[in-house]
Amino acid sequence: MFVEALLTGITLGGMYALVAMGLTLQYGVARIMNLSYGEILVAAAFAVFWLFTVAGFNPLIGMAMVAPAALVINWVIYRILLLPLVRRAKTRDALEVDSILATFGLLFVVQGVMLVLFGGAYYSYSFLAIPVDVFGVTIAANRLLALAFAAVIGLALYIGLTRTRAGTALRAVAVDPVSAQLVAIDVRAAAAIAFALGGGLVAAGGVLVSMFLTFNANIGVVFTMKALIVVIMGGVGNMLGALVAGLILGLTETFVATWIDPGLTLAATYSIFLIILLVRPQGLFGRGGR
Amino acid sequence: MTLPLPVKIVGAAVAVAMLACVPLVADGYRLSLAIGLLNYTVLATAWALFSGPTRYVSLATVAFFGIGVYTVAVLGEVLAWPLVLLIALGIGVVLALIIGLSTLRLSGVYFVIFTFGLAELVRQLVTWFEVNKTRTLGRYVFVDITTDQIYWQLLALAVMVFAAGLLIRRSRLGLALRVIGDDETVARHVGINVTAAKVALFMLSAAFMTLCGAVMAPRWSYIDPAIAFNPVTSFQVLIMALLGGVHRLYGPVLGVVPLTLLFEFLLANFPNHFSILIGIAFMLIVYAIPNGIAGLAEKLWARVKGARP
Amino acid sequence: MNAPPLLAVQGLTRRFGGLVAVDGLDLTVFKGEIIGLLGPNGSGKTTALNLISGALKPDAGTVALRGDFIQGLAPFRIARRGVARTFQLVRVLGSMTCRENVLAGLAFGTRNDWGVRADANADDLLQRVGLVGRGGVMTAELTYIDQKRLELARALALRPDLLLLDEWLAGLNPTELLQGIELVRSLRGDGIAILMVEHVMDAIRSLCDRCVVMNAGRRIAEGTPSAVLADPEVIRAYLGDEDA
Repeated sequence: MFVEALLTGITLGGMYALVAMGLTLQYGVARIMNLSYGEILVAAAFAVFWLFTVAGFNPLIGMAMVAPAALVINWVIYRILLLPLVRRAKTRDALEVDSILATFGLLFVVQGVMLVLFGGAYYSYSFLAIPVDVFGVTIAANRLLALAFAAVIGLALYIGLTRTRAGTALRAVAVDPVSAQLVAIDVRAAAAIAFALGGGLVAAGGVLVSMFLTFNANIGVVFTMKALIVVIMGGVGNMLGALVAGLILGLTETFVATWIDPGLTLAATYSIFLIILLVRPQGLFGRGGR
Repeated sequence: MTLPLPVKIVGAAVAVAMLACVPLVADGYRLSLAIGLLNYTVLATAWALFSGPTRYVSLATVAFFGIGVYTVAVLGEVLAWPLVLLIALGIGVVLALIIGLSTLRLSGVYFVIFTFGLAELVRQLVTWFEVNKTRTLGRYVFVDITTDQIYWQLLALAVMVFAAGLLIRRSRLGLALRVIGDDETVARHVGINVTAAKVALFMLSAAFMTLCGAVMAPRWSYIDPAIAFNPVTSFQVLIMALLGGVHRLYGPVLGVVPLTLLFEFLLANFPNHFSILIGIAFMLIVYAIPNGIAGLAEKLWARVKGARP
Repeated sequence: MNAPPLLAVQGLTRRFGGLVAVDGLDLTVFKGEIIGLLGPNGSGKTTALNLISGALKPDAGTVALRGDFIQGLAPFRIARRGVARTFQLVRVLGSMTCRENVLAGLAFGTRNDWGVRADANADDLLQRVGLVGRGGVMTAELTYIDQKRLELARALALRPDLLLLDEWLAGLNPTELLQGIELVRSLRGDGIAILMVEHVMDAIRSLCDRCVVMNAGRRIAEGTPSAVLADPEVIRAYLGDEDA
């Protein structure tokens, strides 16, 4: 049972880490606190569900369609909805408040559209629900696949950010937007790219999650919440931190669900958040002080 | 506002007395509309009481409101009404204290994030408790409170929330909040306990929200966690306060009146698209009138005054 | 001087990442003294003030006020114990009048003044710093020197025993500077001790009883103004090595 819980927890944690990496890009680089983040995840899950059950596309092919589409849509959202706020904001704090409010409105719009299209019921589909034997425990193949894809995407992102010129530019903006400008980085273009990239990542996460979890139109908020907590826990803008924090959260939730009560997973999440706030608000890997 | 204080007080007393007569003359539909208006007036004004001066965006209105509702649902039958209200108040204030102490000494984002998921957390905890301990999900609200009494209690709450706002403005806490709003560093160095001021204000705001939920609870004959902790409530309160303007005590009311009527209309005519429509309405407000109607009116007034020779 | 010092700083240290901004600083201030804290830019003077006023927490070392340790306390607690300060970049409260700015210092500091009496006290303090009759003026309408005066009035409203001035005399024209020096000197008459970070040499020579010179976070000299300003190490710190 322990190994089983461990595997489940790592899979879940991998999803959280992937989703949080996208959010840390949006918040760390684009400085947008995006409360509608989880809605993109749910929208992607529904899109793949529709592609699979109605149009007959394999979810992996679905992901190849949904993630790039989400990337473009998020780029457009940034250019049309968020750029006016960036222009208007006098300070970073003002932008933060404005973006919180605007994306909070967006949350209800996207959620409302999904409620109209799919109602409030829970959905799932059966894809690769084949038992596979790992270290003596059986686990569904779709979970392993999801984990493998999350690892590949996360690794590609990490390499892209640390080893390429464009990635270095994004990280520079995250550290210091003013100085980044001085070395000829177009901060607004970088922010748009980071926001779009974050949207693509969360859509990919949504597809992977939909392979093995049930979902409905209302659960976006919970994913946003968890992604935010992982970002804070890992330290804003810190990719490795997001990975570790995501795994901690996934494992904790799975252990609580397995041995205590599945109804208390969000309470466990909040307990972790509370401890982080009280003990290390700058995050596990954040820089000390200010 | 250059009227002398006694005139203002008498004027306010007359207005309240007239409002108190509404249940005597209004029919059922109008009374229920009036209750809706008062409910949102209390919630939005209480919201702005904290979020206006501190600029911390609280997304947890319904967490406190729902606690009020649920306390009545659980204890309403067993205990005397004032005692029920007192217990609800206690729970709400203690929760606000815990949240305040853990987040308000940090930057605003932590507070927003914490409040963002709070209603969902409390909803899940209540659900878990009901399913595992009492084995009932959903309760009937049995209390001997008439609709007229609900109205009067809400009116009393509204008077109290305005009085609290006025008293704070004239008090040392009010000055402290203005200093904090201008420059937090200066505030700390003139001896203001910034965190304590913020936590105190958050507790006060939460107290009104919790009581409002408790007073409103008998409006429902049946409640479950999804009704009591409906996130749309937090959202509506936020929109109303922002539309009206959070930097004036009377600001939120200016948003409450048009939006309560608008929501009533939308809910009646487009029940399935309600969430989309209020989302769009909200975004329009954020983009078009960031300082609210109160801010807009004052700007126009200043322009009119400035135009005169 | 046998009386215990008003302020005794020992081994005060603060790091920012790899940089040691203040490195084992020792400093004492006695009642009624005016002490200059000098040093080239980046030598840690403002950080030292921030550590004393509580804006920053030290990594090591102690700060004692009248023998009580105050290092690491929240700034509002230190302010209430009678340590007031001004800021390097002047900070007035922009949405308020001059009187309200001073009230902010009166209401929460050592004296807890509130009400009609506080208004009168605020006007007295405004008069003291040369802003007589300006109580109802919005701070945005003040000139730079008047903003500095107002900031001083707000600090004095705390009725401090120790006043920390961070380049309060910087950026003034010659006439204003003379007025400013007189104003600071008059505070000594009230028994207030002053620790001032300052670059204006005329002010240092005419005001300071003693000076402490910092470089790279360390104290490199202490003594009368004329003595420390003639110290070869101080000259080297300001001008750099000749062969550098």
